[in-house]
Amino acid sequence: MLEIIKTVPIEYYLLYSTVLFCIGVFGVLTRRNAIIVLMCVELMLNAVNLLLAAFSTYLGDAQGQIMVFFIMVVAAAEAAVGLGILVMIYRNTKSTDISLLDRLRN
Amino acid sequence: MVGIIGAGSLLASFLLTVMCLNQVGASGPIQSTLYHFMSIDRLSLDFGFLVDQLSVWMMMIITGVGFLIHVYSIGYMHDDEGFYKFFAYLNLFVFSMLLLVMGDNFLMLFFGWEGVGLCSYLLIGFWYTNRDYGTAARKAFIMNRVGDLGLLLGMFFIIKTFGSLAYKDVFAQLAGADPAMVTVICLLLFVGAMGKSAQIPLYTWLPDAMAGPTPVSALIHAATMVTAGVYLVTRCNGLFSMSPDAMHVVAIVGLVTAVFTAIIGLRQNDIKKVLAYSTVSQLGLMFLSLGMGAYVSAMFHVTTHAFFKALLFLSAGSVIHGMGGEQDIRNMGGLRKYMPVTFWVFLIGTFAISGFPLLSGFFSKDEIFANTYAHGGAIWWAMASVSAVLTAVYMCRLLYVTFFGEFRGTEEQRHHIHESPSVMTIPLMVLAVLSVVGGLLNTPHFMHLPGSQWMAHWLAGNGVNGTPIVPMAEVHLSASTEWSLMSFTTALALLVIVALYFVYGKVANLPVSDQKQTGFTKVVANKFYVDELYNSLFVKPTEALSKFLYQYADIQGVDGVVNGVGTGVSKLGAIFRRLQNGNIEYYLIGMVVGAALLFLTIFI
Repeated sequence: MLEIIKTVPIEYYLLYSTVLFCIGVFGVLTRRNAIIVLMCVELMLNAVNLLLAAFSTYLGDAQGQIMVFFIMVVAAAEAAVGLGILVMIYRNTKSTDISLLDRLRN
Repeated sequence: MVGIIGAGSLLASFLLTVMCLNQVGASGPIQSTLYHFMSIDRLSLDFGFLVDQLSVWMMMIITGVGFLIHVYSIGYMHDDEGFYKFFAYLNLFVFSMLLLVMGDNFLMLFFGWEGVGLCSYLLIGFWYTNRDYGTAARKAFIMNRVGDLGLLLGMFFIIKTFGSLAYKDVFAQLAGADPAMVTVICLLLFVGAMGKSAQIPLYTWLPDAMAGPTPVSALIHAATMVTAGVYLVTRCNGLFSMSPDAMHVVAIVGLVTAVFTAIIGLRQNDIKKVLAYSTVSQLGLMFLSLGMGAYVSAMFHVTTHAFFKALLFLSAGSVIHGMGGEQDIRNMGGLRKYMPVTFWVFLIGTFAISGFPLLSGFFSKDEIFANTYAHGGAIWWAMASVSAVLTAVYMCRLLYVTFFGEFRGTEEQRHHIHESPSVMTIPLMVLAVLSVVGGLLNTPHFMHLPGSQWMAHWLAGNGVNGTPIVPMAEVHLSASTEWSLMSFTTALALLVIVALYFVYGKVANLPVSDQKQTGFTKVVANKFYVDELYNSLFVKPTEALSKFLYQYADIQGVDGVVNGVGTGVSKLGAIFRRLQNGNIEYYLIGMVVGAALLFLTIFI
């Protein structure tokens, strides 16, 4: 199994996660729908996870995979809290547009 | 209770001073250094005390007269709401004054000097809710600053010339000092003395200082603080004796002050103002004596003056107290019947200061006149005698107008008049006794009385340097000359005392209001317009300069810079504020771009 994974060069993983991360960043920056923004954040996190897992395997060090689990737990918690907030926002504004959030400003 | 603590501490100091007096008499000066104060380069300053014959003499006056005045104050100030504050200030004053005379170097003297200046300010402005009193306090403080600057400069020159501020070191090196430098030092020290002892041209604060409570006038502005200048010159007699020019200046200033202020005193109608001008005039006589090289006579006059002037001020206070705050002698008259004790002690004080035979002022003044005649000549002596006659005139005028004739105040005042309580009259009686017998401390040689020149011998005792502290002045006059000088001045004084009784016994000669004065008397009643002159010479230009500086340097300069910085920052803030528009996308873009730039700089 390890050998099979290692047949794919590490550069491909690097490139793939970078593309994935940039898609996430782009989504966060351009989309106004809060659900999609949250999804894009997940995408960024998973890009990092992928990279961590890849390096961990290549270097034979399990610490990276521990970090992946850690990030997954945090991401789950973040999604739960974020969606909870979103539900409340939707109830109040009948919208999930994040540009409306600036009304907290004053 | 406060009064007991305040006066009790003075009594304790007095008793300790008596012990010091015994010890100094038995075994010479006591010197002790408490601790090392500071060192600058080769100059070493110690916090040390020196109690020698001269210091202990001053200490006796300060604590003795001070104690009597404290006791008197218990009665005088009993219904004042600042009773506690008053005794605190008064005790602080005595502390500073003792520091002034007990220090063993010029720096300690300067500490005390400033301390008494501060207390003088606090006590003149004691009733600070009155705007005029506050102004008078400020005036005293500022005029004293002028003198203090002279003293300070004098101290700097002493350091430069002698490399030390300790009396012992300075006086030991006198022989090798540059005479020109010594003259400069003496003149600067004398400027300090002029400020503190209210000599021309720095005398105008003292009459205004009468704004303070009367015990303050007695203690600070008659008996002790104003004599600090005399003490300073006497202490530095070695320096002054080296510089005939400086002595000459001292004598001239003293004589001019004595005559000039005595003339002003003739036309004052405020009971305390008359005494104030009288004090300035007497201080002038002391400086005349110092200028003639008769240091002992000056100290002798300081002593007797402390007795009779404290007596006069306190009995004036008793009059003011009895009249319910009235100070204008035109509204008094006939008080002899209402306040017999005050009348008798005031009479003794007046006779003592006028030179009535065998009272204290008679001896001390006579000594000054004899020295003036011996060292200055007949003209100086004649001028000094004029001031003595003037003294007798204004004092007798005060006495007769206040205590003789008919009462001229309102009906209400007539009911209010009462003799002061015994807590006030007993100190008065003690001072009256001192005013009578005080002259016996230093009776002249030629009269062959007991105690002949006792004080002069005491002060001529050896100091820490093994040389006399205050050398005795040598008067080369024959006994017959001295007798005739004395008889002449005494006869004049007696003549004045008798003549004025007839002049001011009549209603027609009572003092009139200031508006009705004409010609020369108007000028005198307005104190020669010296205050007005100083006002236009110094006060007005200073105020104009302050206004100018306030307008341009402060408001436009300093405030401009400070406000400019403030405005600049808030304008900058307004620019950056636009970045904080609350739009999350902008923040995110900022974050991403920032992070990207960070990575770029790290990796490339």
